[in-house]
Amino acid sequence: MSEKVLMKGNEALAEAAIIAGCRHYFGYPITPQTEVAAYMAKRMPKIGGTFLQAESEIAAINMVYGVSSTGHRVMTSSSSPGISLKGEGLSYLAGSDLPALVINVQRGGPGLGGIQPSQSDYFQATKGGAHGDFHMIVLAPASVQEMADLTVKGFELADKYRMTSMVLADGTMGQMMEPVSLEYDIKPAPEKPWATTGTKMQREHNIINSLSLVPEELERLNIERYKRYDEVEKNEVMYEEYMMDDAEICIAAFGIAARVSKNAITEARRQGIKAGMIRPITLWPFPKAPFKKAAKSVKQFISVELSMGQMIEDVRLATECRVPVTLCNRVGGMIPSPEMVLEAIKEAAKNGGAR
Amino acid sequence: MAKLTFKTDNCKGCGLCVDACPKHVLQLAADKINKKGHHPVEAVKEDECIACAFCATMCPDCIIKIER
Amino acid sequence: MVVFEKPHALTDVPMHYCPGCTHGIVHRLVAEVIDELGIEGKTVGIAPVGCSVMAYNYFNCDMIEAAHGRAPAVATGVKRAEPDNIVFTYQGDGDLASIGTAETVHSAARNENITVIFINNAIYGMTGGQMAPTSLPGQVTQTSPYGRDVKLCGYPVKVCEMLSQLDGPEYLERVAVNNVKNIKNAKKAIKKAFQNQIDGKGFSLVEVISSCPTNWGLTPQNALKWIDEKMIPYYPLGVYKDRSAAKEETK
Repeated sequence: MSEKVLMKGNEALAEAAIIAGCRHYFGYPITPQTEVAAYMAKRMPKIGGTFLQAESEIAAINMVYGVSSTGHRVMTSSSSPGISLKGEGLSYLAGSDLPALVINVQRGGPGLGGIQPSQSDYFQATKGGAHGDFHMIVLAPASVQEMADLTVKGFELADKYRMTSMVLADGTMGQMMEPVSLEYDIKPAPEKPWATTGTKMQREHNIINSLSLVPEELERLNIERYKRYDEVEKNEVMYEEYMMDDAEICIAAFGIAARVSKNAITEARRQGIKAGMIRPITLWPFPKAPFKKAAKSVKQFISVELSMGQMIEDVRLATECRVPVTLCNRVGGMIPSPEMVLEAIKEAAKNGGAR
Repeated sequence: MAKLTFKTDNCKGCGLCVDACPKHVLQLAADKINKKGHHPVEAVKEDECIACAFCATMCPDCIIKIER
Repeated sequence: MVVFEKPHALTDVPMHYCPGCTHGIVHRLVAEVIDELGIEGKTVGIAPVGCSVMAYNYFNCDMIEAAHGRAPAVATGVKRAEPDNIVFTYQGDGDLASIGTAETVHSAARNENITVIFINNAIYGMTGGQMAPTSLPGQVTQTSPYGRDVKLCGYPVKVCEMLSQLDGPEYLERVAVNNVKNIKNAKKAIKKAFQNQIDGKGFSLVEVISSCPTNWGLTPQNALKWIDEKMIPYYPLGVYKDRSAAKEETK
């Protein structure tokens, strides 16, 4: 058993990135993810890496674009309004098929919003988040351990599929402290023959580019990219099922909402209600299969979210609207309490999952 | 005696080389049209070329090679 | 003996620029410098958005196409990750002096060890001739059809003058490519801007006053005259900052 240390989520994530071989970090201060930048500012100079506080989120993501073009592992982190600014870069990374890791420690929105936890960037993260047809691999941690684990995983997947991985955390995950183990078997990154590090006069020049003015060619590139996305959907879906064997009421929740929901499920079970949960760990690709399967036996789904109801749309799609899906939510930096979720479960049970 | 070679098909007929030549060696060929649809440059008095390379210096499309 | 031929660092791809556009001249000068310094194999160029967006097709070195205005940030990433590479950006006035002003100013302020080639032709060429941050007062463009009214849209941005106020940058020079003499000077400046990077001196920017015959509505020849008559009086040529030279003088 490896040694565990007590760490803040943001710091565990930052250290895990370094362990994964990331030596280049670019960021801009924004609450509640600033600890990532502060941690990198301390650590990177000691290990020969780059920490650079960029002039803007836009510059930071484009510095990421530059490093990624050279084939090195690279990351940036921010919180909701900053991620909107990075949107341009996310689209260009996708269009140029460059791997990168982006962290979003979400806060309430829209606009400047607040600085308390939120999950209201779900649409932005899972449906592309900027112009053009593209996806990011979106990973949703529900513990400090997962903040670290999914960071390592994010780098591996980004390299494997030449995509951006986004760790979609929330203020709670970033700020809370838990014991973590940071022992990983890091596989070497794949060869990157496409990288722009100079021809050494030994090959044709490499070009990193997202421009394609011939419609037939641009169409072909999009279709090929989506074939890669199909592979991700086939191979990389991650989720946790909790007490789903005999569940009649199924909660769908990720991140902090899933932790709250676990408490509510425990209490519901104590009161004789057969509640369970499917917790998506990859938000894209969304774990459609377990939801579709559950829809055959579950009487009602409850999507517990820190948003006005975003993931609920994917739950409805995955369950093909066979069973009612209701929303249990708080927004603006508020977090649903276990009591609130329990009430929602009891209400669903009372209705007998009214079809 | 200098030798001038032109990548005639890449010439856009802008004429900057013609104006740059101190010996008036070059002109745009009024009776020729290249693949791009331009009247390309041609040397009319190549034997007077002094290989100063002013023409090539001004050429935006790098179509002129000069040997001596 | 070959007196003049296409430099190796330029590809054989015919350039898409309009007849008489001086982008091609500047491309060639950059390529000649890359050849002369023997750095093609380790050079990485960053293309902008604008007329020279497809510069990646014209240089034989590795190339990256950046988002509009972000080339200095992309170059920063490349240079930080691979300090032994020689990294240059090639940007127009809309790219560098409007949408990418922050990236320009801050890469200069950081004295990022990169080379910036800045084409100032006082217009947005690719989109068909709109007012640029560097369009002259009174200049008629598609979006200033009655002439640039400084009361309405302010004054042109003088990039070299502006950046020269910063402590960061190593070298700033403004040149032009409207005649043989100016082109020779432009090449010297570009070579120095690359040599500075090789020597680890830091941020070096060469502003090249360039022509846009198509969108200025002039013949290629008259466009070059317009540079002499209108552009250079507003944008005086010369060295705006040369920190190493200044140090030499004070010794």
